[in-house]
Amino acid sequence: MTTTSDKSMVQTSTYLCIGCPLGCRLEVDEDVGTHTLVEVRGFSCKRGKEYAAQEHVAPQRTVTTTVAIAGAAWVRLPVKSSKPIAKSRVQEVCRALRAVHVCAPIHLGDVIVVDVMSTGADIVATCDMPVLGSTGGDAKCNAS
Amino acid sequence: MITCKPVHLADRYDVVVVGGGPAGLEAATAAQAAGAARVLVVDREKEAGGILLQCIHTGFGLHRFGAELTGPEYAQRVLEQTLEHAIDVLTDAYVLDVDETKRVKILSMQEGLKRVQAGAVVLAMGARERTRAAIRIPGARPAGVFTAGLVQRLVNLFGVLPGRRVAILGSGDIGLIMARRLTLEGVAVTGVFEIMPHANGLNRNIVQCLHDFDIPLHLSTTVSEIHGHDRVEKVTVAPVDDQMRPIPARGWDVPCDTLLVSVGLIPENELSQQLRLRLDPTTRGPVVASTMETSRDGVFACGNVVHIHDLVDFVSAEAELAGRNAGFYVTGRQPPADNVLLQPGENVGYCVPQTVSTEREHTVYLRTRRPLEACTLRLVEPGGSFVYEKKLRYVFPAEMVNLQLRPRLLQNFHGGVLRVEVVPR
Repeated sequence: MTTTSDKSMVQTSTYLCIGCPLGCRLEVDEDVGTHTLVEVRGFSCKRGKEYAAQEHVAPQRTVTTTVAIAGAAWVRLPVKSSKPIAKSRVQEVCRALRAVHVCAPIHLGDVIVVDVMSTGADIVATCDMPVLGSTGGDAKCNAS
Repeated sequence: MITCKPVHLADRYDVVVVGGGPAGLEAATAAQAAGAARVLVVDREKEAGGILLQCIHTGFGLHRFGAELTGPEYAQRVLEQTLEHAIDVLTDAYVLDVDETKRVKILSMQEGLKRVQAGAVVLAMGARERTRAAIRIPGARPAGVFTAGLVQRLVNLFGVLPGRRVAILGSGDIGLIMARRLTLEGVAVTGVFEIMPHANGLNRNIVQCLHDFDIPLHLSTTVSEIHGHDRVEKVTVAPVDDQMRPIPARGWDVPCDTLLVSVGLIPENELSQQLRLRLDPTTRGPVVASTMETSRDGVFACGNVVHIHDLVDFVSAEAELAGRNAGFYVTGRQPPADNVLLQPGENVGYCVPQTVSTEREHTVYLRTRRPLEACTLRLVEPGGSFVYEKKLRYVFPAEMVNLQLRPRLLQNFHGGVLRVEVVPR
Protein backbone atom coordinates (compact mmCIF):
# COMPACT_ATOMS: atom_id res chain seq x y z
CA MET A 1 0.00 0.00 0.00
CA THR A 2 1.29 3.45 -0.89
CA THR A 3 0.14 6.91 0.13
CA THR A 4 1.57 10.21 -1.01
CA SER A 5 1.61 13.48 0.82
CA ASP A 6 1.93 16.32 -1.74
CA LYS A 7 3.32 18.89 0.63
CA SER A 8 6.48 17.04 1.62
CA MET A 9 6.65 14.92 -1.52
CA VAL A 10 7.17 11.92 0.72
CA GLN A 11 5.58 8.64 -0.26
CA THR A 12 4.81 6.10 2.46
CA SER A 13 4.69 2.39 1.62
CA THR A 14 3.72 -0.29 4.11
CA TYR A 15 5.05 -3.83 4.30
CA LEU A 16 4.57 -6.77 6.59
CA CYS A 17 7.84 -8.13 7.91
CA ILE A 18 8.49 -11.82 7.16
CA GLY A 19 11.62 -12.02 9.28
CA CYS A 20 9.94 -13.80 12.19
CA PRO A 21 6.45 -14.73 13.38
CA LEU A 22 5.99 -11.35 15.05
CA GLY A 23 5.04 -9.98 11.61
CA CYS A 24 5.77 -6.30 12.26
CA ARG A 25 3.90 -3.74 10.18
CA LEU A 26 6.63 -1.68 8.53
CA GLU A 27 6.38 1.76 6.97
CA VAL A 28 8.92 3.15 4.52
CA ASP A 29 9.00 6.87 3.60
CA GLU A 30 10.54 7.69 0.25
CA ASP A 31 11.32 11.14 -1.08
CA VAL A 32 9.54 11.12 -4.43
CA GLY A 33 11.90 13.68 -5.97
CA THR A 34 15.21 12.04 -5.15
CA HIS A 35 14.00 8.44 -4.80
CA THR A 36 15.83 8.11 -1.51
CA LEU A 37 14.51 6.49 1.65
CA VAL A 38 13.73 9.07 4.28
CA GLU A 39 12.62 6.90 7.15
CA VAL A 40 11.72 3.33 8.11
CA ARG A 41 9.24 2.81 10.98
CA GLY A 42 7.48 -0.02 12.77
CA PHE A 43 10.33 -2.51 13.04
CA SER A 44 11.27 -4.18 16.33
CA CYS A 45 14.73 -5.36 15.31
CA LYS A 46 17.63 -4.57 13.01
CA ARG A 47 16.62 -7.34 10.61
CA GLY A 48 13.20 -5.78 10.25
CA LYS A 49 14.66 -2.39 9.39
CA GLU A 50 16.93 -3.94 6.76
CA TYR A 51 14.08 -6.03 5.39
CA ALA A 52 11.84 -2.97 4.93
CA ALA A 53 14.52 -1.07 3.02
CA GLN A 54 15.33 -4.10 0.84
CA GLU A 55 11.66 -4.95 0.24
CA HIS A 56 10.99 -1.39 -0.89
CA VAL A 57 13.89 -1.27 -3.35
CA ALA A 58 14.23 -4.88 -4.57
CA PRO A 59 12.37 -7.67 -2.77
CA GLN A 60 14.33 -10.84 -2.16
CA ARG A 61 13.47 -14.33 -0.94
CA THR A 62 15.40 -17.40 0.15
CA VAL A 63 14.40 -20.29 -2.10
CA THR A 64 13.70 -23.72 -0.62
CA THR A 65 12.83 -26.71 -2.77
CA THR A 66 14.04 -30.25 -3.41
CA VAL A 67 16.17 -31.97 -6.06
CA ALA A 68 16.19 -35.62 -7.09
CA ILE A 69 18.66 -37.87 -5.28
CA ALA A 70 19.66 -41.46 -6.01
CA GLY A 71 21.13 -44.01 -3.63
CA ALA A 72 19.71 -42.52 -0.40
CA ALA A 73 16.85 -43.51 1.90
CA TRP A 74 14.74 -40.79 0.28
CA VAL A 75 14.26 -39.80 -3.37
CA ARG A 76 14.28 -36.03 -2.78
CA LEU A 77 17.05 -33.93 -1.23
CA PRO A 78 15.91 -30.67 0.45
CA VAL A 79 17.93 -27.64 -0.70
CA LYS A 80 17.95 -23.87 -0.25
CA SER A 81 19.63 -20.85 -1.79
CA SER A 82 22.72 -19.81 0.15
CA LYS A 83 21.33 -16.26 0.29
CA PRO A 84 18.12 -14.52 -0.74
CA ILE A 85 17.62 -13.98 -4.47
CA ALA A 86 15.41 -11.51 -6.37
CA LYS A 87 11.78 -12.40 -5.71
CA SER A 88 11.02 -12.16 -9.42
CA ARG A 89 13.45 -15.00 -10.17
CA VAL A 90 12.26 -17.54 -7.57
CA GLN A 91 9.96 -19.41 -9.93
CA GLU A 92 12.46 -19.78 -12.77
CA VAL A 93 15.13 -21.01 -10.34
CA CYS A 94 12.73 -23.66 -9.00
CA ARG A 95 11.86 -24.68 -12.54
CA ALA A 96 15.54 -25.09 -13.43
CA LEU A 97 16.19 -27.17 -10.29
CA ARG A 98 13.64 -29.76 -11.42
CA ALA A 99 16.29 -31.00 -13.89
CA VAL A 100 18.97 -31.50 -11.21
CA HIS A 101 19.85 -35.03 -10.07
CA VAL A 102 22.46 -35.87 -7.42
CA CYS A 103 23.81 -39.05 -5.84
CA ALA A 104 24.23 -39.96 -2.18
CA PRO A 105 26.17 -39.37 -0.03
CA ILE A 106 25.38 -35.69 0.42
CA HIS A 107 26.16 -33.63 3.50
CA LEU A 108 24.36 -30.64 4.94
CA GLY A 109 25.84 -27.52 3.35
CA ASP A 110 27.19 -29.29 0.22
CA VAL A 111 26.91 -27.00 -2.81
CA ILE A 112 24.57 -28.59 -5.34
CA VAL A 113 24.51 -25.79 -7.94
CA VAL A 114 27.05 -22.95 -8.06
CA ASP A 115 25.67 -19.46 -8.79
CA VAL A 116 22.25 -20.75 -9.81
CA MET A 117 20.89 -18.94 -12.93
CA SER A 118 23.53 -16.19 -12.36
CA THR A 119 21.70 -14.95 -9.26
CA GLY A 120 24.89 -14.95 -7.21
CA ALA A 121 23.46 -17.55 -4.82
CA ASP A 122 24.46 -21.19 -4.60
CA ILE A 123 22.00 -24.01 -4.06
CA VAL A 124 23.05 -25.99 -0.96
CA ALA A 125 21.82 -29.19 0.69
CA THR A 126 19.91 -28.68 3.94
CA CYS A 127 20.45 -32.16 5.39
CA ASP A 128 22.73 -35.17 5.33
CA MET A 129 21.72 -37.98 2.97
CA PRO A 130 23.94 -40.98 3.60
CA VAL A 131 24.00 -43.93 1.21
CA LEU A 132 21.06 -46.20 1.87
CA GLY A 133 21.93 -48.99 4.28
CA SER A 134 25.38 -47.64 5.15
CA THR A 135 26.92 -45.29 7.67
CA GLY A 136 28.83 -43.34 5.01
CA GLY A 137 31.08 -44.02 2.00
CA ASP A 138 30.45 -43.84 -1.74
CA ALA A 139 27.26 -44.65 -3.53
CA LYS A 140 26.71 -46.76 -6.56
CA CYS A 141 24.81 -44.20 -8.52
CA ASN A 142 22.57 -44.98 -11.45
CA ALA A 143 21.11 -41.50 -11.80
CA SER A 144 21.18 -39.77 -15.17
CA MET B 1 19.11 -36.87 8.07
CA ILE B 2 21.26 -39.03 10.23
CA THR B 3 20.64 -42.73 10.30
CA CYS B 4 20.57 -43.87 13.90
CA LYS B 5 22.70 -46.80 14.94
CA PRO B 6 20.70 -49.97 15.57
CA VAL B 7 20.04 -50.39 19.25
CA HIS B 8 19.66 -53.51 21.30
CA LEU B 9 16.82 -52.85 23.68
CA ALA B 10 17.61 -53.16 27.37
CA ASP B 11 14.96 -54.44 29.80
CA ARG B 12 14.97 -51.28 31.87
CA TYR B 13 15.39 -47.61 31.04
CA ASP B 14 15.39 -44.64 33.38
CA VAL B 15 13.37 -42.63 30.86
CA VAL B 16 11.45 -43.83 27.81
CA VAL B 17 10.41 -41.10 25.36
CA VAL B 18 7.54 -41.86 23.00
CA GLY B 19 8.13 -40.03 19.71
CA GLY B 20 11.38 -38.94 18.03
CA GLY B 21 10.38 -35.55 16.71
CA PRO B 22 11.91 -32.31 17.99
CA ALA B 23 10.04 -32.65 21.30
CA GLY B 24 11.06 -36.24 21.99
CA LEU B 25 14.70 -35.79 21.02
CA GLU B 26 15.08 -32.64 23.09
CA ALA B 27 13.37 -34.25 26.08
CA ALA B 28 15.70 -37.26 25.86
CA THR B 29 18.82 -35.10 25.85
CA ALA B 30 17.56 -32.99 28.76
CA ALA B 31 16.59 -36.10 30.76
CA GLN B 32 20.08 -37.46 30.45
CA ALA B 33 21.66 -34.12 31.30
CA ALA B 34 19.49 -34.10 34.45
CA GLY B 35 20.80 -37.46 35.63
CA ALA B 36 18.84 -40.20 33.83
CA ALA B 37 21.60 -42.62 32.80
CA ARG B 38 19.68 -44.80 30.33
CA VAL B 39 17.29 -43.07 27.96
CA LEU B 40 15.36 -44.58 25.04
CA VAL B 41 13.53 -42.73 22.26
CA VAL B 42 11.00 -44.74 20.24
CA ASP B 43 9.90 -43.45 16.82
CA ARG B 44 7.62 -44.99 14.23
CA GLU B 45 9.34 -43.52 11.17
CA LYS B 46 12.46 -44.90 9.52
CA GLU B 47 14.36 -41.81 10.65
CA ALA B 48 13.92 -39.66 13.73
CA GLY B 49 13.27 -35.94 13.28
CA GLY B 50 9.50 -35.94 13.05
CA ILE B 51 7.51 -33.61 10.90
CA LEU B 52 10.46 -31.21 10.58
CA LEU B 53 11.93 -33.47 7.91
CA GLN B 54 9.11 -32.58 5.52
CA CYS B 55 9.10 -28.86 6.45
CA ILE B 56 11.81 -27.90 3.95
CA HIS B 57 11.04 -24.17 4.20
CA THR B 58 12.93 -21.71 6.40
CA GLY B 59 11.72 -19.95 9.53
CA PHE B 60 12.80 -22.39 12.23
CA GLY B 61 15.31 -21.76 15.00
CA LEU B 62 15.34 -17.96 15.31
CA HIS B 63 14.64 -18.19 19.05
CA ARG B 64 16.42 -21.45 19.81
CA PHE B 65 19.57 -21.16 17.71
CA GLY B 66 19.59 -17.48 16.69
CA ALA B 67 19.65 -18.56 13.04
CA GLU B 68 16.99 -18.99 10.41
CA LEU B 69 17.02 -22.69 9.58
CA THR B 70 14.99 -25.02 7.40
CA GLY B 71 13.11 -27.89 9.07
CA PRO B 72 15.66 -30.56 8.09
CA GLU B 73 18.53 -28.34 9.33
CA TYR B 74 16.78 -27.87 12.68
CA ALA B 75 16.06 -31.61 12.93
CA GLN B 76 19.66 -32.49 12.18
CA ARG B 77 20.97 -30.15 14.89
CA VAL B 78 18.64 -31.67 17.45
CA LEU B 79 19.38 -35.26 16.40
CA GLU B 80 23.16 -34.72 16.41
CA GLN B 81 22.89 -33.36 19.92
CA THR B 82 20.82 -36.40 20.99
CA LEU B 83 23.25 -38.91 19.48
CA GLU B 84 26.21 -37.20 21.18
CA HIS B 85 24.54 -38.13 24.47
CA ALA B 86 24.61 -41.91 23.94
CA ILE B 87 20.83 -42.12 23.91
CA ASP B 88 19.20 -45.15 22.31
CA VAL B 89 17.00 -44.11 19.37
CA LEU B 90 14.83 -46.96 18.12
CA THR B 91 13.16 -46.21 14.78
CA ASP B 92 10.57 -48.19 12.80
CA ALA B 93 8.94 -48.94 16.14
CA TYR B 94 5.60 -48.34 17.83
CA VAL B 95 4.72 -47.95 21.47
CA LEU B 96 1.53 -49.97 21.77
CA ASP B 97 0.84 -49.45 25.42
CA VAL B 98 2.11 -47.86 28.62
CA ASP B 99 0.64 -49.30 31.81
CA GLU B 100 0.23 -47.85 35.32
CA THR B 101 3.57 -49.28 36.44
CA LYS B 102 5.26 -47.60 33.43
CA ARG B 103 5.90 -50.81 31.58
CA VAL B 104 6.15 -49.85 27.90
CA LYS B 105 5.07 -52.33 25.22
CA ILE B 106 7.09 -51.75 22.03
CA LEU B 107 6.59 -53.31 18.62
CA SER B 108 9.54 -52.99 16.25
CA MET B 109 10.93 -54.50 13.08
CA GLN B 110 14.12 -55.27 14.92
CA GLU B 111 12.97 -56.70 18.24
CA GLY B 112 9.42 -57.86 17.59
CA LEU B 113 7.21 -57.34 20.61
CA LYS B 114 9.07 -56.34 23.74
CA ARG B 115 8.24 -54.85 27.13
CA VAL B 116 10.65 -52.48 28.81
CA GLN B 117 10.34 -51.06 32.31
CA ALA B 118 10.64 -47.26 32.45
CA GLY B 119 11.41 -45.17 35.51
CA ALA B 120 9.65 -42.22 33.89
CA VAL B 121 7.87 -41.77 30.57
CA VAL B 122 7.81 -38.69 28.35
CA LEU B 123 4.92 -38.52 25.88
CA ALA B 124 5.96 -36.66 22.70
CA MET B 125 3.70 -38.18 20.05
CA GLY B 126 2.91 -34.89 18.36
CA ALA B 127 -0.34 -34.29 16.51
CA ARG B 128 -2.28 -35.44 13.51
CA GLU B 129 -4.25 -33.43 11.02
CA ARG B 130 -7.97 -32.85 11.10
CA THR B 131 -9.49 -34.37 7.99
CA ARG B 132 -12.38 -33.69 5.67
CA ALA B 133 -14.44 -36.06 7.83
CA ALA B 134 -13.67 -34.04 10.96
CA ILE B 135 -15.31 -30.95 9.44
CA ARG B 136 -18.01 -32.83 7.52
CA ILE B 137 -17.80 -31.28 4.06
CA PRO B 138 -20.85 -32.45 2.07
CA GLY B 139 -20.69 -33.87 -1.43
CA ALA B 140 -19.19 -36.81 -3.28
CA ARG B 141 -16.20 -38.76 -2.05
CA PRO B 142 -13.83 -38.80 -5.02
CA ALA B 143 -10.05 -39.18 -4.96
CA GLY B 144 -8.14 -35.90 -4.71
CA VAL B 145 -9.05 -34.71 -1.21
CA PHE B 146 -5.89 -34.49 0.91
CA THR B 147 -4.79 -33.00 4.19
CA ALA B 148 -2.13 -30.31 3.66
CA GLY B 149 0.53 -32.10 5.71
CA LEU B 150 0.08 -35.31 3.75
CA VAL B 151 0.66 -33.39 0.52
CA GLN B 152 3.72 -31.78 2.08
CA ARG B 153 5.04 -35.27 2.79
CA LEU B 154 4.21 -36.54 -0.71
CA VAL B 155 5.82 -33.57 -2.46
CA ASN B 156 8.87 -33.00 -0.27
CA LEU B 157 9.87 -36.54 0.69
CA PHE B 158 8.51 -38.63 -2.17
CA GLY B 159 8.56 -36.17 -5.08
CA VAL B 160 4.91 -36.84 -5.93
CA LEU B 161 2.43 -34.09 -6.89
CA PRO B 162 -1.19 -34.49 -5.74
CA GLY B 163 -2.77 -32.94 -8.84
CA ARG B 164 -2.54 -30.06 -11.31
CA ARG B 165 -5.13 -27.59 -10.07
CA VAL B 166 -5.64 -27.17 -6.35
CA ALA B 167 -8.06 -25.39 -4.02
CA ILE B 168 -7.11 -25.05 -0.36
CA LEU B 169 -9.61 -25.03 2.49
CA GLY B 170 -8.30 -23.42 5.66
CA SER B 171 -5.61 -20.80 6.10
CA GLY B 172 -3.51 -22.69 8.65
CA ASP B 173 0.24 -22.34 8.23
CA ILE B 174 0.68 -25.74 6.58
CA GLY B 175 -1.95 -24.86 3.97
CA LEU B 176 -0.27 -21.52 3.25
CA ILE B 177 3.17 -23.10 3.00
CA MET B 178 1.77 -25.71 0.62
CA ALA B 179 0.13 -23.02 -1.53
CA ARG B 180 3.62 -21.67 -2.20
CA ARG B 181 5.28 -25.06 -2.46
CA LEU B 182 2.79 -26.34 -5.05
CA THR B 183 3.01 -23.09 -7.04
CA LEU B 184 6.79 -23.49 -7.20
CA GLU B 185 6.30 -27.04 -8.47
CA GLY B 186 4.11 -25.78 -11.30
CA VAL B 187 0.71 -26.62 -9.82
CA ALA B 188 -2.07 -24.00 -10.21
CA VAL B 189 -3.37 -22.91 -6.80
CA THR B 190 -6.79 -21.34 -7.37
CA GLY B 191 -7.30 -19.89 -3.92
CA VAL B 192 -7.35 -20.35 -0.16
CA PHE B 193 -10.78 -20.39 1.53
CA GLU B 194 -11.08 -19.62 5.25
CA ILE B 195 -14.32 -19.91 7.19
CA MET B 196 -13.18 -17.47 9.90
CA PRO B 197 -13.17 -13.71 9.33
CA HIS B 198 -9.41 -13.71 9.98
CA ALA B 199 -6.53 -15.82 8.64
CA ASN B 200 -5.48 -18.77 10.76
CA GLY B 201 -1.83 -18.77 9.78
CA LEU B 202 0.96 -16.35 10.62
CA ASN B 203 0.92 -13.00 8.83
CA ARG B 204 4.39 -13.61 7.42
CA ASN B 205 3.05 -16.69 5.65
CA ILE B 206 0.13 -14.76 4.18
CA VAL B 207 2.69 -12.37 2.69
CA GLN B 208 5.38 -14.73 1.47
CA CYS B 209 3.17 -17.67 0.47
CA LEU B 210 0.04 -15.97 -0.93
CA HIS B 211 0.77 -12.32 -1.79
CA ASP B 212 4.09 -13.18 -3.43
CA PHE B 213 2.29 -15.42 -5.92
CA ASP B 214 -1.01 -13.48 -6.20
CA ILE B 215 -2.97 -16.36 -4.66
CA PRO B 216 -6.33 -15.03 -3.42
CA LEU B 217 -7.41 -15.55 0.21
CA HIS B 218 -11.19 -15.61 0.66
CA LEU B 219 -12.13 -14.97 4.30
CA SER B 220 -15.52 -15.94 5.82
CA THR B 221 -15.83 -18.44 2.97
CA THR B 222 -15.93 -22.22 3.02
CA VAL B 223 -16.19 -25.22 0.72
CA SER B 224 -19.86 -26.16 0.75
CA GLU B 225 -19.70 -29.14 -1.61
CA ILE B 226 -17.19 -31.41 -3.33
CA HIS B 227 -18.05 -32.63 -6.85
CA GLY B 228 -16.64 -35.47 -8.93
CA HIS B 229 -17.13 -39.22 -9.28
CA ASP B 230 -13.71 -40.84 -9.49
CA ARG B 231 -11.66 -37.69 -9.07
CA VAL B 232 -12.43 -34.20 -7.76
CA GLU B 233 -13.79 -32.11 -10.65
CA LYS B 234 -14.78 -28.95 -8.82
CA VAL B 235 -15.73 -27.61 -5.42
CA THR B 236 -18.53 -25.22 -4.58
CA VAL B 237 -17.47 -22.44 -2.23
CA ALA B 238 -19.76 -19.99 -0.47
CA PRO B 239 -19.49 -17.11 1.96
CA VAL B 240 -20.77 -17.86 5.45
CA ASP B 241 -23.19 -15.92 7.65
CA ASP B 242 -22.41 -14.90 11.22
CA GLN B 243 -23.43 -18.39 12.39
CA MET B 244 -20.80 -19.82 9.98
CA ARG B 245 -23.50 -21.34 7.77
CA PRO B 246 -22.75 -21.21 4.01
CA ILE B 247 -25.01 -18.88 2.00
CA PRO B 248 -25.70 -21.04 -1.11
CA ALA B 249 -27.18 -18.16 -3.13
CA ARG B 250 -23.84 -16.35 -3.05
CA GLY B 251 -21.71 -19.43 -3.76
CA TRP B 252 -19.64 -20.17 -6.84
CA ASP B 253 -17.85 -23.16 -8.38
CA VAL B 254 -14.09 -23.54 -8.43
CA PRO B 255 -12.82 -26.05 -11.02
CA CYS B 256 -9.97 -28.13 -9.56
CA ASP B 257 -8.73 -31.73 -9.42
CA THR B 258 -7.49 -31.52 -5.86
CA LEU B 259 -8.72 -30.11 -2.55
CA LEU B 260 -6.27 -29.59 0.29
CA VAL B 261 -7.72 -29.27 3.76
CA SER B 262 -5.63 -27.35 6.28
CA VAL B 263 -8.07 -27.13 9.15
CA GLY B 264 -5.95 -27.70 12.20
CA LEU B 265 -4.15 -30.35 14.17
CA ILE B 266 -5.32 -32.62 16.97
CA PRO B 267 -2.89 -33.84 19.64
CA GLU B 268 -2.34 -37.57 19.20
CA ASN B 269 -3.44 -38.87 22.55
CA GLU B 270 -4.36 -42.55 22.22
CA LEU B 271 -1.63 -43.47 24.73
CA SER B 272 -2.70 -40.67 27.05
CA GLN B 273 -6.25 -42.04 26.96
CA GLN B 274 -5.06 -45.59 27.63
CA LEU B 275 -3.20 -44.20 30.64
CA ARG B 276 -6.40 -42.38 31.64
CA LEU B 277 -4.56 -39.06 31.89
CA ARG B 278 -6.64 -35.98 32.59
CA LEU B 279 -7.12 -34.18 29.28
CA ASP B 280 -7.88 -30.49 28.76
CA PRO B 281 -11.08 -30.19 26.68
CA THR B 282 -9.73 -27.14 24.83
CA THR B 283 -6.15 -28.22 24.01
CA ARG B 284 -7.27 -31.88 23.78
CA GLY B 285 -3.88 -32.71 25.29
CA PRO B 286 -2.96 -33.85 28.80
CA VAL B 287 -3.32 -31.36 31.64
CA VAL B 288 0.23 -30.61 32.78
CA ALA B 289 1.87 -29.08 35.83
CA SER B 290 4.70 -26.56 35.52
CA THR B 291 7.12 -29.51 35.40
CA MET B 292 5.21 -30.86 32.37
CA GLU B 293 4.13 -33.81 34.51
CA THR B 294 0.69 -35.12 33.61
CA SER B 295 -2.01 -36.22 36.06
CA ARG B 296 -0.13 -39.51 36.43
CA ASP B 297 2.97 -39.68 38.58
CA GLY B 298 6.19 -39.94 36.52
CA VAL B 299 4.47 -39.49 33.16
CA PHE B 300 5.49 -36.26 31.44
CA ALA B 301 4.35 -34.75 28.13
CA CYS B 302 5.66 -32.07 25.76
CA GLY B 303 5.26 -30.62 22.29
CA ASN B 304 2.19 -30.82 20.10
CA VAL B 305 0.75 -33.71 22.09
CA VAL B 306 0.10 -31.17 24.88
CA HIS B 307 -1.08 -28.27 22.75
CA ILE B 308 -0.53 -27.16 19.16
CA HIS B 309 2.47 -24.86 18.89
CA ASP B 310 3.13 -22.44 16.06
CA LEU B 311 6.91 -22.49 16.52
CA VAL B 312 9.19 -25.50 16.96
CA ASP B 313 11.46 -23.27 19.04
CA PHE B 314 8.82 -23.24 21.78
CA VAL B 315 8.37 -27.01 21.43
CA SER B 316 12.08 -27.43 22.12
CA ALA B 317 11.96 -25.20 25.18
CA GLU B 318 8.93 -27.04 26.55
CA ALA B 319 10.50 -30.45 25.81
CA GLU B 320 13.71 -29.49 27.55
CA LEU B 321 11.65 -28.70 30.64
CA ALA B 322 9.74 -32.01 30.44
CA GLY B 323 12.94 -34.01 29.94
CA ARG B 324 14.79 -32.26 32.74
CA ASN B 325 11.94 -32.94 35.15
CA ALA B 326 11.75 -36.58 34.04
CA GLY B 327 15.46 -36.79 34.86
CA PHE B 328 14.84 -35.14 38.25
CA TYR B 329 11.97 -37.57 38.87
CA VAL B 330 14.07 -40.70 38.40
CA THR B 331 16.88 -39.29 40.54
CA GLY B 332 14.50 -38.25 43.31
CA ARG B 333 15.00 -34.50 42.92
CA GLN B 334 11.51 -33.34 42.08
CA PRO B 335 10.69 -29.72 42.84
CA PRO B 336 7.83 -28.98 45.28
CA ALA B 337 4.33 -29.27 43.82
CA ASP B 338 2.53 -26.34 42.16
CA ASN B 339 0.27 -24.17 44.30
CA VAL B 340 -1.61 -21.99 41.80
CA LEU B 341 -4.24 -23.07 39.26
CA LEU B 342 -4.41 -20.95 36.09
CA GLN B 343 -7.89 -20.51 34.64
CA PRO B 344 -8.53 -19.20 31.12
CA GLY B 345 -10.72 -16.08 31.37
CA GLU B 346 -11.92 -13.40 28.94
CA ASN B 347 -10.55 -13.98 25.40
CA VAL B 348 -8.18 -16.76 26.51
CA GLY B 349 -8.78 -20.22 25.03
CA TYR B 350 -6.29 -22.07 27.18
CA CYS B 351 -3.10 -21.79 29.24
CA VAL B 352 -0.27 -24.33 29.42
CA PRO B 353 0.86 -25.35 31.98
CA GLN B 354 -2.45 -25.43 33.78
CA THR B 355 -0.79 -24.98 37.20
CA VAL B 356 2.28 -23.04 38.37
CA SER B 357 4.31 -22.51 41.49
CA THR B 358 4.83 -19.12 43.12
CA GLU B 359 8.35 -20.30 43.98
CA ARG B 360 9.70 -20.77 40.45
CA GLU B 361 9.97 -18.98 37.13
CA HIS B 362 7.69 -20.26 34.37
CA THR B 363 6.88 -19.66 30.74
CA VAL B 364 3.10 -19.81 30.39
CA TYR B 365 1.81 -20.32 26.84
CA LEU B 366 -1.67 -19.13 26.01
CA ARG B 367 -3.86 -18.73 22.98
CA THR B 368 -6.43 -15.98 22.58
CA ARG B 369 -9.88 -16.55 21.11
CA ARG B 370 -10.04 -13.48 18.86
CA PRO B 371 -7.65 -10.85 17.50
CA LEU B 372 -7.24 -7.60 19.46
CA GLU B 373 -5.05 -4.54 19.03
CA ALA B 374 -3.63 -2.55 21.94
CA CYS B 375 -4.70 -4.91 24.69
CA THR B 376 -3.76 -5.96 28.20
CA LEU B 377 -2.91 -9.40 29.50
CA ARG B 378 -3.77 -9.64 33.17
CA LEU B 379 -3.85 -12.11 36.01
CA VAL B 380 -6.93 -11.68 38.16
CA GLU B 381 -7.69 -13.02 41.64
CA PRO B 382 -11.09 -14.63 42.26
CA GLY B 383 -12.01 -11.45 44.20
CA GLY B 384 -11.43 -9.39 41.04
CA SER B 385 -8.22 -7.56 41.88
CA PHE B 386 -5.36 -7.58 39.36
CA VAL B 387 -2.20 -9.37 40.40
CA TYR B 388 -0.29 -8.60 37.22
CA GLU B 389 -0.84 -6.61 34.02
CA LYS B 390 1.13 -6.50 30.78
CA LYS B 391 0.43 -4.41 27.71
CA LEU B 392 0.45 -6.19 24.36
CA ARG B 393 0.58 -4.45 20.97
CA TYR B 394 -1.74 -7.01 19.44
CA VAL B 395 -2.84 -10.62 19.74
CA PHE B 396 -3.96 -13.11 17.09
CA PRO B 397 -5.43 -16.57 17.73
CA ALA B 398 -2.81 -17.86 15.26
CA GLU B 399 0.06 -16.60 17.41
CA MET B 400 0.68 -18.13 20.79
CA VAL B 401 1.30 -15.57 23.53
CA ASN B 402 3.98 -16.41 26.04
CA LEU B 403 4.16 -14.94 29.48
CA GLN B 404 7.29 -15.05 31.62
CA LEU B 405 5.93 -15.58 35.12
CA ARG B 406 8.57 -14.75 37.72
CA PRO B 407 8.15 -15.35 41.46
CA ARG B 408 8.52 -11.57 41.96
CA LEU B 409 5.28 -10.98 40.02
CA LEU B 410 3.33 -13.17 42.43
CA GLN B 411 5.04 -12.20 45.68
CA ASN B 412 1.94 -10.52 47.12
CA PHE B 413 -0.43 -13.24 45.93
CA HIS B 414 -1.38 -15.96 48.42
CA GLY B 415 -4.47 -17.50 46.83
CA GLY B 416 -4.77 -20.71 44.89
CA VAL B 417 -6.46 -19.62 41.63
CA LEU B 418 -5.60 -16.98 39.03
CA ARG B 419 -7.73 -16.09 36.01
CA VAL B 420 -5.83 -15.14 32.84
CA GLU B 421 -7.48 -12.53 30.58
CA VAL B 422 -6.56 -10.60 27.46
CA VAL B 423 -8.83 -7.55 27.21
CA PRO B 424 -8.93 -4.26 25.23
CA ARG B 425 -7.10 -1.37 26.86
